[in-house]
Amino acid sequence: MTHVKTLNTAVLKDSVKRGACGECQTSCQSACKTSCTVANQKCEQLKK
Amino acid sequence: MVHKYKLMGLNIVMDIYSGAVHIVDDCFYDIMDVIGGEFDKTADYSEKLVPLKTKYSEKEVAESFAELKKLVDEEQLYTDDFYADIAAKWNKKSVVKALCLHIAHDCNLRCKYCFASTGDYHQGRRGLMSAEVGKAAIDFVIKNSGTRRNIEIDYFGGEPLMNFGVVKEITEYAKAEGAKHNKNFRFTITTNGVLLNDEIKAYVNENMSNIVLSLDGTKETNDRMRVRVDGKGCYDQIVPKFIDIAESRNQDNYYVRGTFTAENLHFADDVMHMADLGFLQTSVEPVVAPESESYALTEEHLETVCAEYEKLAKLYIDRRREGRPFNFFHFMIDLNQGPCVVKRLSGCGAGHEYIAVTPEGDIYPCHQFVGNTDFKMGSVMTGEFDENIKSTFEKSNIYTKPDCSECFAKFYCSGGCSANAFNFNNDINKPYKLACEFERKRVECAIAIEAIKAMEGLQ
Repeated sequence: MTHVKTLNTAVLKDSVKRGACGECQTSCQSACKTSCTVANQKCEQLKK
Repeated sequence: MVHKYKLMGLNIVMDIYSGAVHIVDDCFYDIMDVIGGEFDKTADYSEKLVPLKTKYSEKEVAESFAELKKLVDEEQLYTDDFYADIAAKWNKKSVVKALCLHIAHDCNLRCKYCFASTGDYHQGRRGLMSAEVGKAAIDFVIKNSGTRRNIEIDYFGGEPLMNFGVVKEITEYAKAEGAKHNKNFRFTITTNGVLLNDEIKAYVNENMSNIVLSLDGTKETNDRMRVRVDGKGCYDQIVPKFIDIAESRNQDNYYVRGTFTAENLHFADDVMHMADLGFLQTSVEPVVAPESESYALTEEHLETVCAEYEKLAKLYIDRRREGRPFNFFHFMIDLNQGPCVVKRLSGCGAGHEYIAVTPEGDIYPCHQFVGNTDFKMGSVMTGEFDENIKSTFEKSNIYTKPDCSECFAKFYCSGGCSANAFNFNNDINKPYKLACEFERKRVECAIAIEAIKAMEGLQ
């Protein structure tokens, strides 16, 4: 590839396979108290 | 669905449903303009590409188009919605896994923008949570968390340090009960810092996984809004304590967190001031207030705020290039190890996974709903828990919010804050538009930052 650099692959689609264990942090428990951002949370399974 | 934009000298392409992010050259970018919003695998694009050959060589156009088709074949560009089926079968059976404990409906500051009405949550009475109520809340979450092992407790207020003896009592109780019931409690606390001392610091550092320290930025900015009962600003009183506790936590597992308003639209200066003070974990968020308030953010501020996020993004990268990085909460996006799709569909969990508990033990969907009795869900003292309200929040996801359908940021914000949606539009499924605009700009900046970090090997 000379005209494109891919930063990551299909992480979102792949994550479906991990299932939803629900062990991750709740979004509002960090610095966000009014403006929801979820994508900066870590997956509890990938953290290990 | 794709979203493409230019920022910080880069041509960035987000493929929304795969989550892939690409940096492309001008030729590739212009080809995408020719193709439009959707790629038709059966179409012949050769005629449409002809005009580009006046700007680029024939080889460049051919190569770029071939690379584009390869990404399409690999399902990393122009991908379809893989998740509508998951959403259609949405039958989320949540367990309560996080509590926002309102340890004190009282505060020793009188911040002018306080959504909690400086502690009493518009209820006209101040009060402290008793250990009995706090322990009942711990029992409630143990009982209602199913097989979920990790449980989060956020000590919130008002100002929780006004009732720190009870914070300690609840924490010790939760640890003991957690050991009996195979639950791992994680504690966080949000404080204005006025009462922070060495004894509290030692306990917090030993027991709390995160501490949120409220500071708006420079002395001028902070003291405009964050004032003591005597009317004086609190900056001088709190900043040395915040520096001390941040250092004692090795500059990790904390945030200095501020709020920007119409009165400090140039909040990038405030964030940089935090960084200059030595803080490595920062967050500054837009105030949420009715338009009738003089400091409220409105449509007229949108352009300035978006420009300020871009300015901050450039300064943020400059610091990394200088080897002096710091983190800004809303620019932190993990492109490879972020949350799974189900989490991204469902959002913050308010009202079903996350609840707020008042000093009296009343349950609300989150801290932002406290005081609105229509949303009172029950009580930890009686164990009553309104399944209808829970179900309303449980069912809400990106696909129940029509405004999210065409939004490129939906898998990053998960449909936004339910409380903001309700407070501005009377419907948790109708996101607050201004917050959406801010979020889109933050996501664009965050991805550009990640791209530069990856390309330049920055921390």
